[in-house]
Amino acid sequence: MALLEIKDLHAQVGGREILKGIDLTVEAGEVHAIMGPNGSGKSTLAQVLAGRELYVVTGGEVIYDGQDLLAMSPEDRARSGIFLAFQYPVEIPGVSNLYFLKAALNTIRQSRGEEELDAMDFLDLVREKMKLMEMDQTLLNRPVNAGFSGGEKKRNEIFQMAVLEPRLAVLDETDSGLDIDALKLVSAGVNAMRSPERAMIVVTHYQRLLNHIVPDFVHVLSEGRIVKSGGKELALQLEESGYAGLGIHDEEAA
Amino acid sequence: MTAVAEQTGAWLAEFTQLPAATPWVQELREAAFQGFAKLGFPTTHDEEWRFTNVAPIARANFQGGVGDYWCNRPGPVEVLSAEEARQHLAHYAAFERSAFAALNTAFLREENWVAIRIPAGAVIRTPIEIKYDVQDFGPSMAVHPRTLILAGADSHCTIVETYTGTGSYFTNAVTEIVAGDRAVVDHYKIQRESLEAFHVATLAAQLGRSANFVSHSIALGGALVRNDVNVVLSEGTEATINGLYIVNGAQHIDNHTSIDHVKPHGTSHELYKGILDDQARAVFNGRIIVRQDAQKTDSKQTNKNLVLSDDAVIDTKPELQIWADDVRCTHGATIGQLDAESLFYLQSRGIGKQQARSLLTYAFAQDIVERIKVPALRDSLERILFEKFHEHSEK
Repeated sequence: MALLEIKDLHAQVGGREILKGIDLTVEAGEVHAIMGPNGSGKSTLAQVLAGRELYVVTGGEVIYDGQDLLAMSPEDRARSGIFLAFQYPVEIPGVSNLYFLKAALNTIRQSRGEEELDAMDFLDLVREKMKLMEMDQTLLNRPVNAGFSGGEKKRNEIFQMAVLEPRLAVLDETDSGLDIDALKLVSAGVNAMRSPERAMIVVTHYQRLLNHIVPDFVHVLSEGRIVKSGGKELALQLEESGYAGLGIHDEEAA
Repeated sequence: MTAVAEQTGAWLAEFTQLPAATPWVQELREAAFQGFAKLGFPTTHDEEWRFTNVAPIARANFQGGVGDYWCNRPGPVEVLSAEEARQHLAHYAAFERSAFAALNTAFLREENWVAIRIPAGAVIRTPIEIKYDVQDFGPSMAVHPRTLILAGADSHCTIVETYTGTGSYFTNAVTEIVAGDRAVVDHYKIQRESLEAFHVATLAAQLGRSANFVSHSIALGGALVRNDVNVVLSEGTEATINGLYIVNGAQHIDNHTSIDHVKPHGTSHELYKGILDDQARAVFNGRIIVRQDAQKTDSKQTNKNLVLSDDAVIDTKPELQIWADDVRCTHGATIGQLDAESLFYLQSRGIGKQQARSLLTYAFAQDIVERIKVPALRDSLERILFEKFHEHSEK
């Protein structure tokens, strides 16, 4: 059984249809890249998988680990192992990173039937993962994402992913706004988490990220549909000829 | 006028039963009671009371009473002599314009007021704690706590006023603070009255040259609450006037602040935050006065409200009176709900919707609480708020 099966998924926001029939199957252990020009629906797909209410699903189904994903609340999706690395991580003044992450990890552990981590074990875990992402420990006591630079926010997303150890990670334009050093760091963090039990969906506009996180499959999204699927070589082809080479209109290139 | 006479009549009976006081106190009481009889209780026709109807207080029949109070006097803090008290009492909280201040002054009792002095130059690290408590299980009681604090020039002190109680009663408090030149005063008022209580309070602060005054008003209790904070600044004075009000059920809270810049180079920062749920109602009125002489004044006022239900109502109004031309005054008010994106972010990490809501609500309040410099007070408020919002989320 596939870990994730998306069948003919339609979704709209504000009455405008953004996803017009997506089909995608992801097995555990696989890394799928979703590429496409701005406005093609990449981020919408990522947000719909995480359960953002802003997007209304108007058709199709999503089966995750044998369950009807669309019937689940965002928190239940997270508890059953879905993680979305946000394109624009949200700043939450007044809530410390430490408190936030501990609350998140312990709810998720609880729902897995594991015991809550005590303060010391939690700190050990967090410190280890922070080192991996080369993050300053003082960030723990700062409010979630507040006053973080763009790069720090993205690193913080991957750091959270490392702590929460999801089964399906959806990375929404995690590369955007990163310089090459930060990109390498974030990619290394993601690659360290690749495992036969874990699947990843990497949403990106540019091929650049895929030099570092090498996908098993590449899908090209255009106007709410997957118009082409292939192996990692498809990303290279896109790099050479651009979206226009596939006959796709790209606002940014135009 | 009949209505006024009816309302003041019951108080007159109480007033005449007061035990005798020293002549100057007796004189002050009588002048104040006359003031009260002339003014009567305000009505909603009075602009200052437009959104707050005090008829429940005016109609009620309170027994005169004396609440419990407790005050520590750390280190060099001194009790004021009668002569010093006479020179200052009722000079800052004028009873000619406020019926409630008049009523409080009419019921002055020497043995019950807190009147203290921090000597010039004294630096007192231990907070001066003043606790007023009413345990009322019988007929409703009216208490009139009165506090007068003179902080000498160059002195440093922290003052924590706490109001608590059980049952149904009326607390009518007046606090006067005089900060001498360059004095540093950190003031807190924690209002945790019973949910059946009426609480009306005036803080009047007269601030000296280059004094630094910080006041935090935390309001959690009371059925009907009115807080007046009136601050007068001198040259180069720095005043920070913050507040946090958290109301639900049928609670009503009205915060009126007045920051009066009389001399040049004064700075005032004001941040009031409110959280309203159920059918609660809140009022914020922030008056900033910049007198003609108060050039180079820098004043900033912010009122932020988090409204958690459809039925809660907030009225917020800045009131700027600026007579000087070289000043910087900004003001802003917001009324909003919990941010949907923040909620989703928390949920997407496995945190339940209700817990996410309470966490964000707590965070909204935390912005004020984390400014509290007394660690024990900050910790206890954090605990109270955490429990309050956690309980709420389990409803």
